[in-house]
Amino acid sequence: MMPYLSLLIWIPLFGAMAVAACQDNDRWALRLAGGVTVLSLALCGPLIHGFQSDLSGFQFQELSGWIPAWGAHYALGIDGLTLPLVVLTVVTHALIVLTAQRLVKTQISQYLAVFLALQGVTIGVFTALDTLLFYCFWEGMLIPMYLCIGIWGGESRSYASMKFFLYTFLGSALLLISLIYIAFQANGFDWHAAVAQPLSLTAQKWLFCGFLFAFAVKVPMWPVHTWLPDAHTEAPAAGSVVLAALMLKVGAYGFFRFCLPILPDGSRFFAGPMLALSLIAIVYIGLVALTQKDMKRLIAYSSVAHMGFVTLGCFSVYLIAYQGGELFAQMAMEGALIQMVAHAFGSGAMFLAFGLLYTQYHTRLIERFGGLAKVMPVFAACFMIFALTNVGLPGTAGFVGEFMVIVSLFQGHAGLALCAGLTLVIGAAYTLWMFRRVFYGPVQHEAVMALQDVRGLECLALLILVAMIFMLGLFPEIVLGPAHATSAHLVQMALKSKLV
Amino acid sequence: MHDASVSLRGSVSMMNENTLVFYALLAMLAPLVGAVLAGLGHHWIGRRGAHGVTILGVGVSVLCSCQLARAFLVSTHSVINTTVYHWLTVGSLHFQVGLWVDALTVIMMLVVTGVSLLVHIYSMGYMADDDGYARFFSYMSLFTFAMLTLVLANNGLQLFFGWEGVGVVSYLLISFWYEKPTAAAGGFKAFIVNRVGDLGFLLGLAACLGLFGSLDYHVWFQSVALPLSAIMQVPFVGPVPSMDVICLLLFIGAMGKSAQVPLHVWLPESMEGPTPISALIHAATMVTAGVYMVSRLSPLFETSPLTLSVMMVIGATGALFLGLVGVVQNDIKRVVAYSTLSQLGYMIAATGASAYGAGIFHLVTHACFKALLFLGAGSVIMAMHHEQDMTKMGGLQKHLPVTYVTFLIGSLSLAAVPPFAGFFSKDSIIDAVNLSVLPGSGYTSFCLTVGAFVTALYTFRALFMTFWGRSLSRDAVPHESPRTVLIPLIILSVPAVILGALLVHAFFSIQSHVSMTLAQSHRTIEVTQHLHAQTHSILTMIFESFKHLPVLLSFLGMGVAWYAYVKAPHIPAYCARRFYAVYQILCDKYGFDRFYNWLFVRQGMALSQYLSETVDQRWIDHRMVLGVARCVRYLGGLLRLTQTGLVYHYTAYMGIGVLLCIAYGVLWAV
Repeated sequence: MMPYLSLLIWIPLFGAMAVAACQDNDRWALRLAGGVTVLSLALCGPLIHGFQSDLSGFQFQELSGWIPAWGAHYALGIDGLTLPLVVLTVVTHALIVLTAQRLVKTQISQYLAVFLALQGVTIGVFTALDTLLFYCFWEGMLIPMYLCIGIWGGESRSYASMKFFLYTFLGSALLLISLIYIAFQANGFDWHAAVAQPLSLTAQKWLFCGFLFAFAVKVPMWPVHTWLPDAHTEAPAAGSVVLAALMLKVGAYGFFRFCLPILPDGSRFFAGPMLALSLIAIVYIGLVALTQKDMKRLIAYSSVAHMGFVTLGCFSVYLIAYQGGELFAQMAMEGALIQMVAHAFGSGAMFLAFGLLYTQYHTRLIERFGGLAKVMPVFAACFMIFALTNVGLPGTAGFVGEFMVIVSLFQGHAGLALCAGLTLVIGAAYTLWMFRRVFYGPVQHEAVMALQDVRGLECLALLILVAMIFMLGLFPEIVLGPAHATSAHLVQMALKSKLV
Repeated sequence: MHDASVSLRGSVSMMNENTLVFYALLAMLAPLVGAVLAGLGHHWIGRRGAHGVTILGVGVSVLCSCQLARAFLVSTHSVINTTVYHWLTVGSLHFQVGLWVDALTVIMMLVVTGVSLLVHIYSMGYMADDDGYARFFSYMSLFTFAMLTLVLANNGLQLFFGWEGVGVVSYLLISFWYEKPTAAAGGFKAFIVNRVGDLGFLLGLAACLGLFGSLDYHVWFQSVALPLSAIMQVPFVGPVPSMDVICLLLFIGAMGKSAQVPLHVWLPESMEGPTPISALIHAATMVTAGVYMVSRLSPLFETSPLTLSVMMVIGATGALFLGLVGVVQNDIKRVVAYSTLSQLGYMIAATGASAYGAGIFHLVTHACFKALLFLGAGSVIMAMHHEQDMTKMGGLQKHLPVTYVTFLIGSLSLAAVPPFAGFFSKDSIIDAVNLSVLPGSGYTSFCLTVGAFVTALYTFRALFMTFWGRSLSRDAVPHESPRTVLIPLIILSVPAVILGALLVHAFFSIQSHVSMTLAQSHRTIEVTQHLHAQTHSILTMIFESFKHLPVLLSFLGMGVAWYAYVKAPHIPAYCARRFYAVYQILCDKYGFDRFYNWLFVRQGMALSQYLSETVDQRWIDHRMVLGVARCVRYLGGLLRLTQTGLVYHYTAYMGIGVLLCIAYGVLWAV
């Protein structure tokens, strides 16, 4: 069998080098990057086709030695949890390459190289089954992102990129220590060995704290979220898209892959505080988003609020399984999973759309807009659909995850479900109020009058996103079909105590 | 208790059922196709194409509904419950998209598609000069699709899909003239207030899923047929019967959509939208979704007397007190809007009294005469060049004869004058409420009876101010509207007259499909039988009614309106001075808007500002995060002091280190 996963990791990475070598030859860089993207998309085909939905274990596994002395292997594999995320990574980068010419004017080849590298590394994070390998990819993600914000960012890009880098790096240091501790206990960095390794409750608590900091910063959870609005506002559009669509998912993925199966008792112990933090993210961050004056900042906060549903679904498993049965626990888990994917098409799509707007009109302040629906009708229509999925309208992608999490959380605790459900009102308020101020009302600024509607490739990119939103909203089984077996298994692992 | 939906399902033959399912699907999807074509393709098909394709779609829908009506109202079909596709399957939890067709569905389909078609035709005239012509038709067809999804749903999730779908299209249509800040604000407010109701509805669905293990209607109905004693722990309240929780939560949803107190504040603002959509959405269809939902799920609501009482009281409060606000409004559309609020109160009160048949009956007649009134108001507004203030109108009956006559018919029907349509439905509601023995029924029947007077008063006040008296506009002579506007008015005025007499037996006779669908529990059958006895002979009913208080009050209301606005026009101003406090309260709409504005807009914004600037920016970011950074820099600065670059300093450190190591070895390690 072909090593599809390795190809998906290394083709973009080597492609990135080749693209970077193109230097000033933008045409070739674009062609090359386009080729790599098409190849990656094509590689997803057999991955989706060959995936067996009824299996809960890993598929397309690859295993070879790496550092025998440490017990570290080059081990890859995907399951129902990561298949959608891998495809999402490829699709997101395809959209970035599609819009690259429009979004950046300088150093296009380097720009493309950075994102191709990011694509390879991100797929590495999602597919690594060796904890050390995972850690390498995990840290590897920081470099292209740092460069991306630092080079193509806004005015205070160096502050934002430094803050982003140091903050997430500090979190990762604790992750490394925790991984090394587990590797010593389990005689190697193999993920399966780590899952099988019994650990005492004290050890699990400490390890959980180590993991927590790394993952919570990435998600980001309240109160370690403040790097995100800065990074988002300063990042170029594509950087924001990747940040929202993929980078945040990596943190949530960590909770699913590491906290629940490896530290089930630690997770159970900390489930209460984690629920509280998730609810704070949903309600508090939602309220903060309401009065943001900077459009990108508003979308960033909304992005954090929506990620609250992912951690909520993840850690409500314990409460729900105890009160309402494992079936609802599984539903919450799957809700969290599809929320991860859907979030890319809500926040990610809005960031992309805003980026396209920003190329014409260099301001992020909401008050400088107004009446855009008049000038850019197609753009406004697409943005309306992104806003509606952000609001969680049934039939769009954003609804599925929120619905599943709220409904299953209700079986655990009605009050918490009510609290999470407030997003129906708050989310609608900040999203549509922003929409109203930007797109509705009379045209007040002359610069707005001169704006051009989207066309060509950029229009295509937006329409692809719109199509994805409706597809996911109307047929969520596309994503969740392969994930049922995996999430059932994951719930079992999370509930099985491994105290000695 | 006999459960028609379950016991009679087998009676539909297979092949026939497939045809009917096809009709139902076609009815649902045809407007969607029209909407998509008009919305995306208007560059190619143009304005004529846009209205052509949407009217065609809705027309197909109307025909399909008629076919279904033949099967479900005339011949013996009872229920079709079928799955279209599985939306999601988690373990043993199935969520599906499906169809549920029975007599109630068909009635709603006829109302929705019928009014929608007429409003489409009307809009060809009303919106003729608008830039967003194609967009408007696309939205209206999209709305029809969403409403039909809601009506045809066979499970709670799809109901919720349609429920939110109509909310969104309503938002888009209210803010249709988005350049007008009030329109944008009105749409926004409508959506947010609806969302509050939707939150309750969603939690109600969650509770249902927990209790019944499914969101499918047939599972719900089967389960509640058995006596339920499930108890749910409600935070801060304690143990409560599950059915009470479920029904109250679902009813919160109905309060949002059907604009019941205190979630009614969005409906008057929605008048910022174009008038045709006020007729379609905010009179005939969307706002009645709550009534439809409650009637559809009547087996559930029948298990919770608490919710029934709440529904009666809330409905009655709206019926009387929001009607009173209509008396002081000067904007013609707002009068009709407050009248809608009041009539919705009647319908909800009817469902609270277990008279689902009467509620739906009033929904149907109201859809006709209220759509007629809105469209008539639209015709007036067109003639007055988009002036809506009635104090600037008057004497229009000369200039707008057709509009006047149809508006008069609508008003008579709304004021429940026999033998117009509204009389039959409203009278049966008041009858049913008088029969109820639940707590709050006395208050309800008082409110609804007095409400009859108020209804007649505000309706004829509007009529007299607009069409009677002296002509006030001197600069331009108002012209009667074009034919596309008048034809729907004329068509709608027919059912506004005869529909009541025509349908009263269908709704209350025990053998009819409609009453069998709507009355399934012991109590509902009893109510229906009582109403049947009352309405046995239509002529007797009409003659008898002149001895009844509600009808007398209606006439009194009309008389007072005539006296105060035609005979002695100084009286209103005198009353406003004399009862200044009452007048102020009514003009203030009981302060709901002011209160919400203060609480949610002002305080909410202040809270958001505080959280954003003080908590998030200052405390978390500057103190905590950057504090750590400063701390590191400070410690680094301290450590730098040791790096002097002098060899004897380093030697000294080394010596101290060695000594410490030795000391450790000697003192502890040995």
